[in-house]
Amino acid sequence: MATVLESEPEGHTGGSVGSSAPDAVVVRFAGDSGDGMQLTGGQFTLSTALAGNDLATFPDFPAEIRAPQGTLFGVSAFQINFGSTEIDTAGDAPDVLVAMNPAALKTNVGALKPGGLIIADTGEFNKRNLEKAKYDVSPLEDGSLEKWQVLAFDISALTLEAVKPFGLGNKEALRCKNMWTLGLALWMFDRDRQPLIDWLKGKFAKAPVLADANIAALNAGHAYGETAELAGPLKQYHLAPVESEPGLYRTVTGAEAVSYGLVAGAQLAGLDLFFGGYPITPASAILHNLARLKEFGVTTFQAEDEIAAIAAAIGASFGGQLGVTSSSGPGIALKGEAMGLAIMTELPLVIVNSQRGGPSTGLPTKTEQSDLYQAVYGRNGDAPMPVIAARSPSDAFECAIEACRLAVQYMTPVMLLTDGYIANAAEPWKVPDPKGFEPFPVKFLEEPNGPDGAVLPYARDAKGARPWIKPGTPGLMHRIGGIEKNPGTGNIDYAPASHQAMTNARKDKVDGIAAGIPPQEVTLGDAGGKLALVGWGSTYGPIHQAVRRARRKGLDVSHIHVRHVWPLPENLGKILKSYDQVLVPEMNTGQLKTVLRDQYLVDAKPLNKTSGQPFTIAEIEAAIAAALA
Amino acid sequence: MNDMTPIQTSLKDWETDQEVRWCPGCGDYAILKAVQRTLPEIGADPAKTVFISGIGCSSRFPYYVESYGFHTIHGRAPAFATGLKLANPELDVWLVTGDGDGMSIGGNHTMHVLRRNLNTQILLFNNEIYGLTKGQYSPTSRTGTVSPTTPLGSVDRPASPCAFALGAGGRFIARAYDVSKELPAVLKAAHAHQGAAFVEIFQNCIVYNKDVFADFTEKANAATGQLWLTHGEPMLFNKGTKGIALDAETLSLKVVDVVDGDWQAAGVRVHDVKNRALAHLLVEMPFGPFPMALGVIYDDPRPTFEAAVIEERARASAGKTANLAALLSKGQTWTVE
Repeated sequence: MATVLESEPEGHTGGSVGSSAPDAVVVRFAGDSGDGMQLTGGQFTLSTALAGNDLATFPDFPAEIRAPQGTLFGVSAFQINFGSTEIDTAGDAPDVLVAMNPAALKTNVGALKPGGLIIADTGEFNKRNLEKAKYDVSPLEDGSLEKWQVLAFDISALTLEAVKPFGLGNKEALRCKNMWTLGLALWMFDRDRQPLIDWLKGKFAKAPVLADANIAALNAGHAYGETAELAGPLKQYHLAPVESEPGLYRTVTGAEAVSYGLVAGAQLAGLDLFFGGYPITPASAILHNLARLKEFGVTTFQAEDEIAAIAAAIGASFGGQLGVTSSSGPGIALKGEAMGLAIMTELPLVIVNSQRGGPSTGLPTKTEQSDLYQAVYGRNGDAPMPVIAARSPSDAFECAIEACRLAVQYMTPVMLLTDGYIANAAEPWKVPDPKGFEPFPVKFLEEPNGPDGAVLPYARDAKGARPWIKPGTPGLMHRIGGIEKNPGTGNIDYAPASHQAMTNARKDKVDGIAAGIPPQEVTLGDAGGKLALVGWGSTYGPIHQAVRRARRKGLDVSHIHVRHVWPLPENLGKILKSYDQVLVPEMNTGQLKTVLRDQYLVDAKPLNKTSGQPFTIAEIEAAIAAALA
Repeated sequence: MNDMTPIQTSLKDWETDQEVRWCPGCGDYAILKAVQRTLPEIGADPAKTVFISGIGCSSRFPYYVESYGFHTIHGRAPAFATGLKLANPELDVWLVTGDGDGMSIGGNHTMHVLRRNLNTQILLFNNEIYGLTKGQYSPTSRTGTVSPTTPLGSVDRPASPCAFALGAGGRFIARAYDVSKELPAVLKAAHAHQGAAFVEIFQNCIVYNKDVFADFTEKANAATGQLWLTHGEPMLFNKGTKGIALDAETLSLKVVDVVDGDWQAAGVRVHDVKNRALAHLLVEMPFGPFPMALGVIYDDPRPTFEAAVIEERARASAGKTANLAALLSKGQTWTVE
């Protein structure tokens, strides 16, 4: 990536929004949870992508849908990092903060880079809102913002003026504020307004007056930028398009990428997809997306609870479809027993876990990587299950396909880990050509597979996988379940030798997946050396950038990103042992670290963060420097 | 049930090679035989028949029926069945559950499978006790039941499975008991019903709750204790000397004496399986002078869940192709040269 920090490594002397052609800019839109900040951010993201910049976003919003207006806990923010070079994180510190009210300023200004630009709506800096934000005096007037550039004007009044011809009520008119602000932002970064105008026309097709009002607000914000250009800190910047591989691009969120990956995975397996889900933040978007893809042979089922969602998915898999279920931490916990059933009956199943802060209800809308133990170990009995973790929104597409492949080829449930950050964040994605995907068609058993016409549901192939037998197939009737069974017939069998044999078979099969996945590569840096940073999931971006910067400074550090969390790639232990030190940055208290120590007896050290916010690059850079000091 | 070409089978064809492991004398043996007797009579195809169970004594059932079978986890059989039926609606699915499995740990799923009206037969073996865990009281145990967890007698009121099923929106409600010769007829009626067919089967747990239903199942008590319902027939019992009438004043049922077979004069109601209000009264019929309502209490089909899902999927897919490349490039895109 190339945040501003990269072009100016010290990052403390004036932001990039002062130089005429920065490599990258970080903008944060912050307002009330009802102000439409996520929508503003989303549309700004789209215009950024259309301008050809690389980008990464970080939506950060409260769990409350409409928190009380003006309060500190009701602030919703959307950060975007975009530029003319490769971008891997949503950026450490914003260069520009758009604060729609005092609470938004208060909760976000601390993150703003010194010298950065604050755009504030003075119309909202009234006594009541200042009190709610716990300001005694308006920060716009007491000099407390002097290390930043402040551009404060009455966006509310300007918006009301702009939409006056449309005769909206005061409340409705003020709702257009976000479009006014977006118009100004589009002007600042030299963006085309037309795609947004088209989008507004589509969105308000049934209420053309609202479309017109929003477009007028957008245009007014844009015009304000143009006319105010000569005075004050407001300047226009043009970020050149990033150099990308030629091809067709779009933006994609993790939830979209998972949904498309599942559809693609089912197609590659030659199966219909059954998705059982139950509403939960931040996983619901996958169910929403798939519910609209019925023409792809997708059946979605909103179950009565998390347990029913996975039980139905297992039922569908027994019936010969690709069963999938999805949730976040607390829901995954509820599904634990049923995962054991899928392990015991050795049926394909994909379980998507969009992790959030825990334990219990925890932080529903914040990100964390604290379900690794739950994924790898979190079931009763010896219950091995492969686990794959996506590193970014677009990576989730490939990971979902990989999860489907492992599930059907090894007849096993597979857990796919994403997190709240990946699920909600967007990034540009080079649209893949499905013709390039390797199919993995499923073959169901059609004839008895045992001696004398016997049906052996637990006979195994070279990979240790049992046959998949669809009910309805003549002559293959059999009974299976969650109770321990005979290694061949699947009939109830608790004989000591049988349980030993079946436990071994389940373990060997999943262990054997290590031979069926790509070997581990050193993601960035040298094979062997002083320090390796080992990461998984969405910490990929900050780790990668921190390692890149440290290497530029001449430090001997490498980045190893693990996609297959369980079983781990066969060569990972050897790679880890080729470094003097191993440091594992994780948004938890040290879970992959424990697994690595257990598996390889390496002295892996943790670097942990559990604030509900992603790592910054600077935090990881500091840890590298400390380790190599 | 499903429309299918009848298949010729015999009772023997539905027996597996597995040793049946219920306690000697358990009511489950009789239920198993009744099911194995019914399946040939309805022309069921073993390859298209699936028995699904939860956990408990009743839930070992699938291992003993020569069809497809799945022994799931405690309480979750209805959810599993829902996924299976949506994946393959052609399958004829029987759910086997118990009072603990279906009314306690799996109560939520029982409610929703009935509400959705999945096309299955749900056989709830009610023995008013947890047998497989050695005799704890269950959600259907009568108040005062002494068990290892209620040494002084249970204090909570029991749930009524049929009242629950009806309240959840069930469209077929029936009752029978394990050794009743009428059980196959009730199972046949359940199978003939399109939609979720709920059958409560009183089952005698001879080890932990012996003879708890004797007040109506014992031969000596059968006449006074059993009201077998037939659609279009008067609700008579005790050899036609007693009947069920409606007390218009209190909107409740009452027992009336029938003299010389003149049930009309006594005000005895004619059973109507499509009368939902009557079904509510019959499933709530208390003990005391009242008999136990048995047979088909309610049978009024509605469109099934899976039919609606399939219809919706077809409607949503009409005129669309499963073009993955088009899906991936949906929305606003840009091209890098």
